[in-house]
Amino acid sequence: MSPGFAGSYVAPVGGYDELRDADGALRPHWHRFVTMLDDLGRDELDSRWAQARRLIHDNGVTHNVYGDPRGMDRPWSLDFVPLLITADAWADIDSGLSQRARLLDLILADLYGERRLVEQGLIPPELIFINPGFLRACANIVPTGKRWLHLYAADLGRGRDGNFHVITDRTQAPSGAGYTLENRIVLSRVLPALFRECNVQRLAMFFHTMRQMLASLAPANRENPRIVLLTPGPYNETYFEHAYLARYLGYVLAEGADLTVRDNRVYLKTLGGLQIVDVILRRVDDDFCDPVELRPDSFLGVPGLLEAVREGHVAVANAIGTGAVQAPALLPFLPNLCRALLGEELKLPSVPTWWCGQDRERAYVLEHLHKLVIKPAFPARDSDPVFGERLSKQELSDLSSQIRASPAQFVAQEQMPLSSAPAIRGDKLEPHRLVFRSYLTAVNGSSYSVMPGALTRITGANDSLVVSLQKGGGSKDTWVLAGGPVSKFSLLQPAAIPVELSRGGGDLPSRVADNLFWLGRYVERAEAMVRLARGTLSRLADQTGVEVSAATPVLVKALTARPPGAPPVERPDHDILATIFDANRSGSLRSIVNDIHAIARIVRDRISIDTWRILQTLHQDISRRQQIAKPGATGHDPDHLTEVLDVLNQMVIALAAFGGLAMDSMTRGLAWRFLDMGRRVERTVATARLLRATLVDIIPHEPAVMEAVLEISDSSMTYRRRYLTHLQAHAVVDLLLSDETNPRSAAFQLVAVEEHMQALPRESTHPLKRADGQRTMRLLSTLRLADLRVECEPDAYRRRPRLDAMLKMVIEQLPAISDALGQTYFSHAVASRQVQLAPVVPGREVSL
Amino acid sequence: MSRYRVTHRTEYVYAESVPLCHNAVHLQPRDTEQQKTYDAQIAITPQPAVRTDRRDFFGNFVTHFAIQEPHRRLAILSTSEVDVEPTVIPTQVKALLWDDLARQMIRPTTPDLIDASQFIYDSPQVARDPLLAGYAKPSFPAGKMLVEAVSDLMLRIHDEFTFDTTATTIGTPVLDVLKHRHGVCQDFAHLMIGCLRSMGLPARYVSGYLLTSPAPGKPRLVGTDASHAWVSVYFPDHGWIDFDPTNGLIVSDQHVTLATARDYDDVCPVKGVIIGGRNHRLHVSVDVEPL
Repeated sequence: MSPGFAGSYVAPVGGYDELRDADGALRPHWHRFVTMLDDLGRDELDSRWAQARRLIHDNGVTHNVYGDPRGMDRPWSLDFVPLLITADAWADIDSGLSQRARLLDLILADLYGERRLVEQGLIPPELIFINPGFLRACANIVPTGKRWLHLYAADLGRGRDGNFHVITDRTQAPSGAGYTLENRIVLSRVLPALFRECNVQRLAMFFHTMRQMLASLAPANRENPRIVLLTPGPYNETYFEHAYLARYLGYVLAEGADLTVRDNRVYLKTLGGLQIVDVILRRVDDDFCDPVELRPDSFLGVPGLLEAVREGHVAVANAIGTGAVQAPALLPFLPNLCRALLGEELKLPSVPTWWCGQDRERAYVLEHLHKLVIKPAFPARDSDPVFGERLSKQELSDLSSQIRASPAQFVAQEQMPLSSAPAIRGDKLEPHRLVFRSYLTAVNGSSYSVMPGALTRITGANDSLVVSLQKGGGSKDTWVLAGGPVSKFSLLQPAAIPVELSRGGGDLPSRVADNLFWLGRYVERAEAMVRLARGTLSRLADQTGVEVSAATPVLVKALTARPPGAPPVERPDHDILATIFDANRSGSLRSIVNDIHAIARIVRDRISIDTWRILQTLHQDISRRQQIAKPGATGHDPDHLTEVLDVLNQMVIALAAFGGLAMDSMTRGLAWRFLDMGRRVERTVATARLLRATLVDIIPHEPAVMEAVLEISDSSMTYRRRYLTHLQAHAVVDLLLSDETNPRSAAFQLVAVEEHMQALPRESTHPLKRADGQRTMRLLSTLRLADLRVECEPDAYRRRPRLDAMLKMVIEQLPAISDALGQTYFSHAVASRQVQLAPVVPGREVSL
Repeated sequence: MSRYRVTHRTEYVYAESVPLCHNAVHLQPRDTEQQKTYDAQIAITPQPAVRTDRRDFFGNFVTHFAIQEPHRRLAILSTSEVDVEPTVIPTQVKALLWDDLARQMIRPTTPDLIDASQFIYDSPQVARDPLLAGYAKPSFPAGKMLVEAVSDLMLRIHDEFTFDTTATTIGTPVLDVLKHRHGVCQDFAHLMIGCLRSMGLPARYVSGYLLTSPAPGKPRLVGTDASHAWVSVYFPDHGWIDFDPTNGLIVSDQHVTLATARDYDDVCPVKGVIIGGRNHRLHVSVDVEPL
C-alpha cells in the first residue's frame, strides 16, 4: 500500500469503497494508478491540477445552475482522481444496460401502439393514464426504423455488496455525454502517461457509432443527411454541452426558431435559403417539441414538427414521447415486463422501489417511511428526493397525508448506501459518495452499444446523500480499464477514409448570422471605447504641457458622451471610471463587454476555442478590475490611473488578438462575412463619432486634439509619414474618413462592407432587396466626392458646420444599412414570432 | 331517429398578413353508438399546402393542415349530415348503483373498464379535488342508482349555477367556477366532470351542437348559436350516457356529438400556431337544421 497518495485516505464504514476493500487494502486495479501518481510527486501533481483547472476554465466548460449568484456560467467542476472500473465489472454493466435499453424500447413501442401490456396487467392502467410523460398526440406514430429509444442513459450506484443498481432511467434527452467527453479530454491531457499506462478504454468509438446510427435514421438523403442538434438555447443548464457536442459531431446547433416546417418537412433557415433537415438530435424535452399539438406555450420547439414526424419526413432522436418510460413508478414492474417481452430475467436490478399507487406497496411505504427515500412517481424538473430518516415526526406525518391523498404520485426507494471514492479536497483525499451516468446508443438492428466510460458525479459534502450538480457536487472522469489492448480510434483525427471535400458553409442559420454581425459590432464598439479611454486617461496621467492638456477636456467629453450643454459633473474622474467600469451605465465599456460575452455564448459553436478564450479574458479583465472603480478611488491619483491604463492596455491587446484571429483563422465563409460586416459598420460609426466630438468645435491648441484623434484611431504613423508633423484638420479628416487605403478610415470600411454584400446569397424566393447596398454606395460616393478643404472651413463662430453635417449623415446612414441588412437576411429569424390562435370555446365563441 | 345538417363556420381575420400557419382542428363529427355521420366535409380557405385527416387518441376526427402562402383571412367550413338515435336506458342499466361502479374502477380488469378508467383521473383542465367531491356528495348517498345520482348532480348544477358569458374566461379554473357559481356550458361540463371523477366515476367531455330551432312548442335551449359542451358518463355493459348540465337534461336526439375526450384541451375545435400576424379576430357560426 502506498503511503504517499493513498496513505491519508480512510474509507468510510458502511458502504462499498472503490479504492479500498473491506480490510482496508488497496483494490488491485488501482495499484498502477496510485503508484504512478505517487511517482509524479505532490508538486508536479499540484501543477498538473492547476493546468486542468485552467483548461476547463479556458475551454469555458460550464454548467448553468438555476438561481446561482454566479449567474449563467458556473465553471464545471472536475475532480482530478478518476473513478476506475475493471473490465469484468464493466461487462456486467454493459450487458445489463443493453438489455434494459431494449426492454424500454419495447415498452415504448407497446405504449404508443396497441397498449397490450396494460390489458395484460403488466402495467397498471393508472400508471400510464396519469403519466404526464405519456403523450397522447404521439400514439400510433411509428418512428423510422421502428425504434423509439435511440439514446439512453442510466444513473447507477453501487450497493454495500459492490453490486450495481439502476437508480434512474433517462429516456427522453439524456444529458451529460458531452461533459464526459470534455472530462476525458482534460484528464488525458494532464495525465497522459497514467492514461496510457492504465489501459483505459477510449470513448471515440461510441460517438462514432452514435453518429452512424443517427445518419441511418434519415428517411431520405441517406448519402449525406443533414443532422441538427436541437437545443433549448443558451439559458438551458447544459447549453455548453449542446454547443460542444454539435461541434464534436459536426452537426448544426439549431434552436427551435432556426427551423421551420413546410410541406410537412423540416427546414433549417439559412442565409442560403431553406435547407431540408433529415434528422433531429433533440435536447428539447418531449412536451416542448411542437406548440401545435403539445405544450401550446412552448417557444422552444418547432410548430408542425409532430406532423412532419408522422408523415415520416424527419427522424427525431429520441422519438418524441420517450419520456413516458423514465418515470420511477415503472421500476417495480420491469422484472415482469422483461420476462414477458424479452423472455429473460432482468440482469441489472433497479434500486428496490415501491409505487404507492398499489395498496400493499403503499402500506409498506407508509409503515417504513422513516427509512425510505421518497420521490415523485412522475418527476417534474428539479424535484428533490426526500430522505425519510432526516424528517421530523411532524414532517413524516405531513408526508404520510400527502401520500394518502394522492398515492399514485409517489414512489419510495430503498436508501442505498452509495459507494465512495477518493476526491481531492485541499491537499487531502476525502471519500465522497458517487453515482455515475452511463450512456448507450442504439446500433443498427435491435441492439445497443454502451459507452465505455461514464459521467461520475460526487456529493458536494462528504456526508451529503444527494448527488447533484445543481446542488454543488462535482464530477469525475470514469476510466473503464481494458482487459486487452485498446482501440486508438479517434473522431478528432479521422481514420484513413478520406472525407468528402467541402467548401460550403451555406448552412449558416440566419439567427447565427445575426448574432455574428452583432458580435462584430460590439467587439468593435469595445475597441473604439478602449482606445478612446486609453487616449484620455494617458493624457490625464501625464499633464506635462499646455498643448497636451488642452485636448483632455474634449476627450473626456467624447468619452463620457455628455450631451452638449449638460451641466459639468462634480467629479469628472468618477464619471470617467463609471464610463469604463459601471455595468449599469448604458453604453459603458463594461456593459459592452457583457453584451459581447452574452452573444459569444450563443454563437460559441461557431467561433474557435481560441477566439472564445480571448473573449473570456476580455470579460475577466474588466470584471476582475471592478474594484478599481470603487468610490473613494480618485482618477487623479497617478498610481491608480496607471492601474486603469494597465487594464485598458491589456484589453487593446485582447481585442487586437480577436481581430487577428478573425482575419487569420476564420474561413472566408458567410460567418466571417457577417462578423466582419458588423465590425466595419461599427468602426465607421465610431470614427465619425470621434471626429464629430473633437473636430467640429475648434478649440485653442487644436493640434493637440488632432494628435489625440490620430493616436486613438491608430493612424498617427501614417499621418506622420505623409505630412510630417504638420497637423491640419482637412488632412486628418481625409485620412480618417475618405482615404480608401487607410484600413482605419470610414471609406475603407464601406468598400469592404459593399464587397461583403455583393458576396451574400440572395434568396430566390425573396424580391431582391438592394436597399442596403444602395445606401452603402451612396454614402461611399459622398465621401469620395467631398472636397474636404471646403468641408473643413470654419465659420465665424469657430465651428465647422459642413463637417458636422457630413459626419451626422454618416452616423445616421449606418444604422439604416444595418437595418436593411437585417430585413434581408435576418427577417425570417425575427418573423418567427409565433402566436397561438384564439381558441374556439364552446359557449364562448359569440362573445369574443 | 332524427337527421340533421350541421354547418359550422370558423373565420379568423388577421391584422397583418400571416406567411405561415399550422393547425389541428376537431371539426368533423364522429360516430357514436347513437350517431352516424354522412357526407362530412371540411373546406379550408385559402387552400392548405398540406392537409391530412386522421383520428386522434380518443378516436375523434382531427384535420391537420398548413397554409404556406401569406394570408389575412382563414376560413374553415365544416358541413355534415348526421343521424341521431334517441337515448334509451334499459332497466338493468338504470338499476346500476354508483358505488358499485366506483368500486369496479379502482382495479379495472376488462378491456372496457380499463378504457373507461382513463376518464377517472385528472386531465389538463379538470383535477379531482375534495371541494368538488364535497359539492357532489349530497347527490351520492350510498346505494343510490348511478343514473339518478348523476341526474341529481346535473340538476343541482343547472339550478344553482347561472349561465353568464361574462363571468369566466378560457383560463378560469373549475374551483373558481364552483365558488362563483357562474359560467358557460364548458365551465359546467368541466365542473360536473370534476365532481364525478372526485367520486371515482369515469366522466368524459363532449363537444358538439344543439338543434338550432326547437321543435314547435318546445323551448329554445341555451347554447344553440355556438358549439356546445356536455358530459358523458360510463355505464358498464352498456356504454356512455350523456348529461347536459347547462340545460339540465339527459341528452337524447337533439344533441350532435362532435368529439369526446378527457376535457376541452384534448378536442379544442380549432388550434394552431401562426407565424407573425399578431392581433386577430374570430367569428364562429353554427347551424343545425333538421332534415
